[in-house]
Amino acid sequence: MTTVIARPESHTKVIGGRVGDSPQRPDGNLKVRGEFAYSSDLWMEGMLWGVTLRSPHPYARIRSIDIGPALATPGVSAVLTHEDVPGEKLYGMDIADQPVLAIDVVRYQGEPVALVAANHPEVARQAAKKIRVDYEVYEPVTDPIEALGHPGWNPGQHSTAPVVQVVELNAERARLHPNGNLVRHLKIRKGDPAPVADVVVVGEYEVGMQDQAFLGPESGLAFPAEDGGVELHVATQWLHSDQQQMCLALGLPPEKVRLTLAGVGGAFGGREDLSMHVHACLLTLHTGKPVKMVYHREESFFGHVHRHPATMRYEHGATGDGVLVYVKAAIYLDGGAYTSSTPAVVANAGTLGIGPYVVPNVQVDCFGSYTNNPPCGAMRGFGAVQVAFAYEAQMDRLAAELGMDPVELRCRNAMTEGAQAPTGQVIDSAAPVEELLRRVQSMPMPAEHPAAGDTDLRALPGGVSNVTHGESVVRGVGYAVTYKNIGFSEGFDDYSTARVRLEVVNGEPTVTVHTAAAEVGQGLVTVEQQIARTELAVDRVVVHGKDTRVGSGGSTSASRQTYVTGGAVKAACEKVRDVLLGMARRQLGHTIAGLRLDDGKVVSDGEGVVAAIADVLGDRVIEETLQWRHRPTEPIDPETGQGFAHVQYAFSAHRAVVDVDVELGLVKVVALDCAQDVGKAINPEAVVGQIQGGSAQGLGLAIMEEVIVTGGMIRNPSFTDYLLPTMLDMPPMKIAVLEYADPHAPYGLRGVGEPPTISSGPAVAAAIRQAVGKPLSRVPIRPEHITGT
Amino acid sequence: MRITTTVNGEQRQVDDVWEGESLLYVLRERMALPGSKNACEQGECGACTVYLDHVPVCACLVAAGQADGREIVTVEGLQVEGELHPVQRAFVEAGAVQCGFCTPGLVVATHDLLERSGQPSDPEIREALAGNLCRCTGYEKILDAVHLAADRLSTSEKQ
Ligand code: FES
Ligand code: FES
Repeated sequence: MTTVIARPESHTKVIGGRVGDSPQRPDGNLKVRGEFAYSSDLWMEGMLWGVTLRSPHPYARIRSIDIGPALATPGVSAVLTHEDVPGEKLYGMDIADQPVLAIDVVRYQGEPVALVAANHPEVARQAAKKIRVDYEVYEPVTDPIEALGHPGWNPGQHSTAPVVQVVELNAERARLHPNGNLVRHLKIRKGDPAPVADVVVVGEYEVGMQDQAFLGPESGLAFPAEDGGVELHVATQWLHSDQQQMCLALGLPPEKVRLTLAGVGGAFGGREDLSMHVHACLLTLHTGKPVKMVYHREESFFGHVHRHPATMRYEHGATGDGVLVYVKAAIYLDGGAYTSSTPAVVANAGTLGIGPYVVPNVQVDCFGSYTNNPPCGAMRGFGAVQVAFAYEAQMDRLAAELGMDPVELRCRNAMTEGAQAPTGQVIDSAAPVEELLRRVQSMPMPAEHPAAGDTDLRALPGGVSNVTHGESVVRGVGYAVTYKNIGFSEGFDDYSTARVRLEVVNGEPTVTVHTAAAEVGQGLVTVEQQIARTELAVDRVVVHGKDTRVGSGGSTSASRQTYVTGGAVKAACEKVRDVLLGMARRQLGHTIAGLRLDDGKVVSDGEGVVAAIADVLGDRVIEETLQWRHRPTEPIDPETGQGFAHVQYAFSAHRAVVDVDVELGLVKVVALDCAQDVGKAINPEAVVGQIQGGSAQGLGLAIMEEVIVTGGMIRNPSFTDYLLPTMLDMPPMKIAVLEYADPHAPYGLRGVGEPPTISSGPAVAAAIRQAVGKPLSRVPIRPEHITGT
Repeated sequence: MRITTTVNGEQRQVDDVWEGESLLYVLRERMALPGSKNACEQGECGACTVYLDHVPVCACLVAAGQADGREIVTVEGLQVEGELHPVQRAFVEAGAVQCGFCTPGLVVATHDLLERSGQPSDPEIREALAGNLCRCTGYEKILDAVHLAADRLSTSEKQ
């Protein structure tokens, strides 16, 4: 068997830098040269191309599938349907309810129905069009509230009474899955069930469906192994979860399903679920040949889950001087056709649903529904993003009602260390909510926009296509603050595995770090090197390619890898260090107090340098593999939502300054400043990069990004119609990084990736509301919402 | 169909090209040059930017046949005597690379911008690179990288 061309040897470059430094990425040079091997770049002699036939209907019964004409097409090697799935026909991360290939029913537009392998991608695509599928089309369930048989609301009315009737669902619509249309209902019941307050504000809010829009499409290369197993090189967020699901579907044991992480072109949650993994392996096992699959952009919109759209109703009660008395919230998240990670997204939205404020009385009902919309699951911020739009808008509304400054109101109710979350969990490390707000508040403001007429058009909302030349441009300023759980919650056994090896190579002590934790662009490979270099005082550190030949690293999600895999690497290094120092003590023949490592040497407190690490090691190799866990969490009580659910919280705040052309409805974000507590910045420049990139995604959701779904059909599956922030849309950012150590975490660090995506969007929305003076309770805010046309 | 081109200074010839293939496909799948990226394949992201007869184009929008007899430079061809081009070096040093999928296109687009304009202002850079999407960085460090490369290039020219 020939080997895969351009196997990612990306992480073997040795870089300098310890914990707290900002060394360059070890894979940076390969990436700028165009030589980094992404999952869509792989190639093997004699490989076939796989394509997927997908359902054109959001909901239909399959009467029959005829593959004859497709299979007869010259150049086609295989056409497969659900009948060719040798193992379990349903898969899923926690709940296996999604068919590998549709069996008798399709539940969303784009659901995979059949596979084709051929010698050219176009031959495969044309053959797929010849597969005849006879569908009996059903009316799709498209409303997540209606799906549950709950009375709907009249969005935007901000009234207390439900105004939309319950819609009766017929048999096939009332139960998209055997247990009905409810994925999860999370309840929080804290304090007085019937609280009274001086001032009450009610609001209804909607958040549209956001796409992760990673640039590297779903792709990978599978090839058969000599032992009857299969190898898959793929872009993913969690190799071992993929492997487990693939083994079940393929009917193969784990030792015969081997995964290697190919270069990943971004992830943001969209690669948590399987995409082409099982499909490519089925085709390769069927044909005995390597099979490459690469989604094109339109297919990618159907090929991964999206961020849950949300419909939310909030009621906040406060005293006359602005102290929160209660919050009541009903939150509906549209999970789409299959479970994916909806239960955990519901947990986050529910438990984090009132924001980083101290509130004695809380009642939250958070529902996740099945519908025939595209499946929704993980995206950066994971449930916390949607509710932040609502609770921060409520805080502004309450401030207006009280005649208070919005920042003062937030500070008056801000969480501090020792405060209780709505789950009853005591926040047992720093919670600098007020300080973060004060930091962004005190940052210098951008220059006033110049008077109309003499403006550089490029600085106006809409840029050079602005036709009013700025006469109707109004400036607004908005604030938001948030918190997010880091790591997996509710009692999940959340661990990572690290293998650390120390040996002398070419006379130089060399550390090799092997984990399966996915590098998706965030810079984990850099951080792994920094930690090993710090703990073992060795300059030369190599990060082994990521694969399933070492134990699970857990998911690259929930901002957890620096914490959990970083913790595992640190602990494995400590074990290696103990062995090394033991060897040194034995060799030196006497007990020296206080041995430690420094700059490639063994050093004693009393005697200074006593030996070089290379000399102590000689030709011996020290290798340690271990699993590392963060402190345990607990499931929450199903009736009250009380419990120690989350391992760590991270906090961030944003201030947004916008110019809005109120006549045209165009928005320009002029400044988007951020303060975030990261506990300890392991790599300060990478932290700043996460804050900048994360903030851009929040800005996108606030003003431009939405997967538009009507009648269960995606209307804009392209980068022409799904708009992403460009360099013209992102303002310069001022950033303050705070380091209040969390004593429970390695180096005191906090997860970094998600908070900035959560607080940036609500700040932008608040700034637009301030400029426009309208409630604007739905994001993304579109020009027509601003102009009212 | 047969296609003969000069790619990164070398004469290249490929046979049996189907006329529906793009230049991007031919580079990536037939010439073993996958550096130009396939993020959208509809001209919206700039990840596939290459020089075609010295003009930057989206390779996904160029039909393979249109490239016949012409000169192409891809990101793989920007190194100078095996060393990173100053633009490439600036992207690494400024932290403008996260996942890096946008990087090849941005490197070529920046290379072109700095050929035309020695010390572009922020608004000029933003406008010139607005056709290159990046989902990871929020663009700030890309802006830094362009300035860094511009400084280095203009200093080396003066010397
Ligand atoms: S791949 Fe060519 S512009 Fe996106
Ligand atoms: S670095 Fe990932 S898209 Fe730009």
